Amino acid sequence: MALTLLRGIRTPTLFRRNAGLFFTTIHPPLSSFTTRAESAQATESKAAPKSIQLATKEAAEHKKQGFEAVIGIETHVQLSTVTKAFCSCPYNYGSQPNSTVCPTCMGHPGTLPVLNAKVVECAVKLGLALNCEISMTSKFDRKQYFYPDLPKGYQISQFDIPIAKEGYLDLDLPVEFGGGHRRFGVTRVHIEEDAGKLLHSESGSYSQVDLNRAGVPLLEIVSEPDMRTGIEAAEYGAEIQRLVRYLGVSNGNMQEGSLRCDVNVSVRPVGQSKFGTKVEIKNMNSFSAINRAIDYEISRQIVLHKEGQADQIVQETRLWDESSQKTFTMRKKEGLADYRYFPEPDLPEVVLTSDYIDEIHKSMPELPEAKRRRYENMGLSMQDVLFLANDDNVARFFDSTLEHGADAKLAANWIMGDIAAYLKNEKLSIDEIKLTPLELSELIASIKNGTISGKIGKEILIELIAKGGTVKSVIEEKDLVQIADPAAIEAMVDQALADNPKQLEQYRAGKTKLQGFFAGQVMKASKGKANPVLLNKILGEKLNANS
Amino acid sequence: MPPPLQAQRLLLSHRRLNPSHRRRFTAVSSLPSAPAKTLATGAAPSSILSIRESLLSGERTAADITADYLSRLRRTEPSVRSFIHVADAAAEREAEELDRRIATGGHDVVGPLAGVLVGVKDNLCTANMPSTGGSQILDGYRPAYDATAVRRLREAGAIVVGKTNLDEFGMGSTTEGSGFQVTTNPWDGSRVPGGSSGGSASAVSARQCVVSLGSDTGGSVRQPASFCGVVGLKPTYGRVSRFGLMAYASSLDVVGCFGSSVVDTATILSVIAGHDKMDSTSSTHDVPDYKSELIPLDLLESKPLNGMRIGIIRETLGEGVDTGVISSIKAAASHLEQLGSVVEEVALPSFSLGLPTYYILASSEASSNLSRYDGIRYGRQISADDLNGLYGGSRASGLGHEVKMRILMGTYALSAGYYDAYYKRAQQVRTLVKKSFNEALERYDILVSPAAPSAAYKIGEKINDPLAMYAGDIMTVNVNLAGLPALVVPCGFVEGGSAGLPVGLQMIGSPFSEGNLLRVGHIFEQTLQNFSFVPPLLAEG
Repeated sequence: MALTLLRGIRTPTLFRRNAGLFFTTIHPPLSSFTTRAESAQATESKAAPKSIQLATKEAAEHKKQGFEAVIGIETHVQLSTVTKAFCSCPYNYGSQPNSTVCPTCMGHPGTLPVLNAKVVECAVKLGLALNCEISMTSKFDRKQYFYPDLPKGYQISQFDIPIAKEGYLDLDLPVEFGGGHRRFGVTRVHIEEDAGKLLHSESGSYSQVDLNRAGVPLLEIVSEPDMRTGIEAAEYGAEIQRLVRYLGVSNGNMQEGSLRCDVNVSVRPVGQSKFGTKVEIKNMNSFSAINRAIDYEISRQIVLHKEGQADQIVQETRLWDESSQKTFTMRKKEGLADYRYFPEPDLPEVVLTSDYIDEIHKSMPELPEAKRRRYENMGLSMQDVLFLANDDNVARFFDSTLEHGADAKLAANWIMGDIAAYLKNEKLSIDEIKLTPLELSELIASIKNGTISGKIGKEILIELIAKGGTVKSVIEEKDLVQIADPAAIEAMVDQALADNPKQLEQYRAGKTKLQGFFAGQVMKASKGKANPVLLNKILGEKLNANS
Repeated sequence: MPPPLQAQRLLLSHRRLNPSHRRRFTAVSSLPSAPAKTLATGAAPSSILSIRESLLSGERTAADITADYLSRLRRTEPSVRSFIHVADAAAEREAEELDRRIATGGHDVVGPLAGVLVGVKDNLCTANMPSTGGSQILDGYRPAYDATAVRRLREAGAIVVGKTNLDEFGMGSTTEGSGFQVTTNPWDGSRVPGGSSGGSASAVSARQCVVSLGSDTGGSVRQPASFCGVVGLKPTYGRVSRFGLMAYASSLDVVGCFGSSVVDTATILSVIAGHDKMDSTSSTHDVPDYKSELIPLDLLESKPLNGMRIGIIRETLGEGVDTGVISSIKAAASHLEQLGSVVEEVALPSFSLGLPTYYILASSEASSNLSRYDGIRYGRQISADDLNGLYGGSRASGLGHEVKMRILMGTYALSAGYYDAYYKRAQQVRTLVKKSFNEALERYDILVSPAAPSAAYKIGEKINDPLAMYAGDIMTVNVNLAGLPALVVPCGFVEGGSAGLPVGLQMIGSPFSEGNLLRVGHIFEQTLQNFSFVPPLLAEG
């Protein structure tokens, strides 16, 4: 097989263009991160003790078979900074290959990295959100290996002194998976740069290199081996996604590769403290895939253990195959790779001050865990809590509705019921509809004070979602105010009785089920606006009065 | 004003009287193409200043001056081979353009380096010229941008006349390690010019250009300056931006410069020094006007170095150092004493540790820095059936022997299981070296030593004995490890060649004390009479 690498990026024309882009880029030049040599104590508390882990169904099932799985996750989060980590190129997913590159991110001779200060800010944010200890002084190192998507022959990363370490992540498992609160340890968070991409030709006879992604900032989050089942791992990943979205540091999109999880899975007999041989699984592009891949892998390893073939479990990287729902060997690890890490001499140390960290801390929004606990304290069910808190936009909508005076439980019901159904049908997100939190609170109030019925309320809601406007204007425009005047209802009831003498006779002969028929007639006449409670009261009185 | 330094002859009694000097000088000054001012002897004159005066007075045009240099370049280049690439047409064009601007815009358009022909070491990127780093793996490579130092020179009006030869990626001390050609020493065509900036040193020595840029990782500016009899400056680490310098050992690399006088060297430094946002390791330390701090000869007091404390490094005058070099340095020391300074011997016990420390650290960083030359994106690519074949083929054929050896050494030193014993230990020793220099520099304003243990040696003499070649770097590597500035000025001669071989005095200062080094170097140079550092080559035909 001949290997031809993309000559396009070697052509002078494109290169000249790149050079132009390099010098005329519209983005502001990156300034190196201030390295003020102030010493300050880390402001964040140490990792809290692990909460008691409730066994999920799957874990219980494994235990019954005499085995326990141990899972750890390495998550790569691609930061959505305007420019790359060490040069001023922008990055946009899906743009023309090699259109956002410059001599620096292409690894040309003589170029030097200059740290994007925004990357440090994102790292500190995520570190704080993961309850980590922030390193007041951290440094960069070179991780060395050869691959065509790695222009310099080394990746700038952080080796022995990550920017954040020793934290934890709290989450609540979904109710349908048995629920339960979990705390998973976070070993470290460090800054590194992404590599480019290889595009393989269909014939397989050549490959091309796209360096758009080379140099894009990543945060790698390494978890403790605290997870025991696929759903725990998937929820850990989902919580990381929520965090980065809440913090605005990444779009967390798995399909685009903005969030990538590599999972290490091993299985050991219950009671054994030593870890079994771990297997790394890659290529899962949804949380559901993570869940299934891990559960498949655990079963595979348990079967091998039970068949006395535990020696068949080797340290390797396996790929998840969505079509067959199985994992397959990608490559066996031949001993430990030697990346020959050493301190990056082109970049000064990153020195932070406690003021800088405090500033960032103050600027952070309420995070999912705090939100869930707050909603829980409002008396909402865990089902409601997770639904509302899991999506930043939904949570914001909900909170805003409450700020306008709506009752929490009622607002939750509307959002999780009719609004969620509409969003699902139309494949929209809550910030794409015309309904505002203010109008939802108005709607809830209008029903509560009897201006409209609940049924009319549902009609108005759909109108507001689709077309916008205010509750008031829709009620007026469509004349939807509830008829709550007893005299008016009495007149309509009288009319209904007079119009249907045959049914009245039957009622009075004992067929009392017909009250519903009369109620329907009145509702029809009132176009649904009659207050149903009043109507039934008056109708009952009238039907029974003359008997 | 009393006449300075009455006892000049007496002072310089160490001078090796060589009748051929005078003869040679006469011959040179009669060269029709040689501007008399730039080749005057005695107190080294400033070529930059005389070019500027000629241009501003209208006495000469930039085209004339350029033509002079180019004709000398064409005459000497076949034997010296300083340049990998000569941009003569571009230089002529730029000179004509400058003349046009002077004619229409007057003097305001003349930058501080207007019309000054500069040679640029080929490991510094230049946008419109090939930049190979002296390596076949970059044959034909043209960068998309100018190195910051080059850009600043051009913005000051300098004309880049070409790219000078070097040991591949700066790894070597003779310039024999170039992937393209061997440069010879203008003082003796059978000898090396030193290295790795050998082409930049020989080009200034042979007056093929006015000044030149080099780079100094372990002595690559200072040793060739000494071998070729020119002034060479290695600035403080971070004083000049490394952006655009092909990295050899990033924590040691510095862009330096050569001139035929201290004034010219100071002028260049003022232009290229200063913070650069493209290099995070460049310093924000203020850049003074180095030239304005130099005191002209006629304003010198009789003891201009009064109160100055100078330490002569004991370890540099012992075993393994040529006796001729030792006596030149000792004579230079007594000259400094005569100028009013106190000169004492100072011991630096960690001095001998510098060499092994340097070779571990420099090789380690090199093994990483040179990974990018993989044949994928630019440079030489050897087709192969698989990826490893492509890497292996491209690097095997594109990189030279010395470079491969250092990549192997560095890869070894950084490998798991060896890192602590080599790289980490070398870093610890580096800290010791720094400490011992800093302590000595608290007691002395300047430390002096030879720039090399010998004068220029024969081509081929050490090519198969890398350890002997590495040993030659003993005088200079410590300065890089400590990140200090050092200036080399020609101070005398030893036997060799047809006219003797030049010897350079190395003066080392505290971080960012370039101004002081240049001031003292300038006084030394101005008062060092009856030496001509114009090579015999220029007297020949």
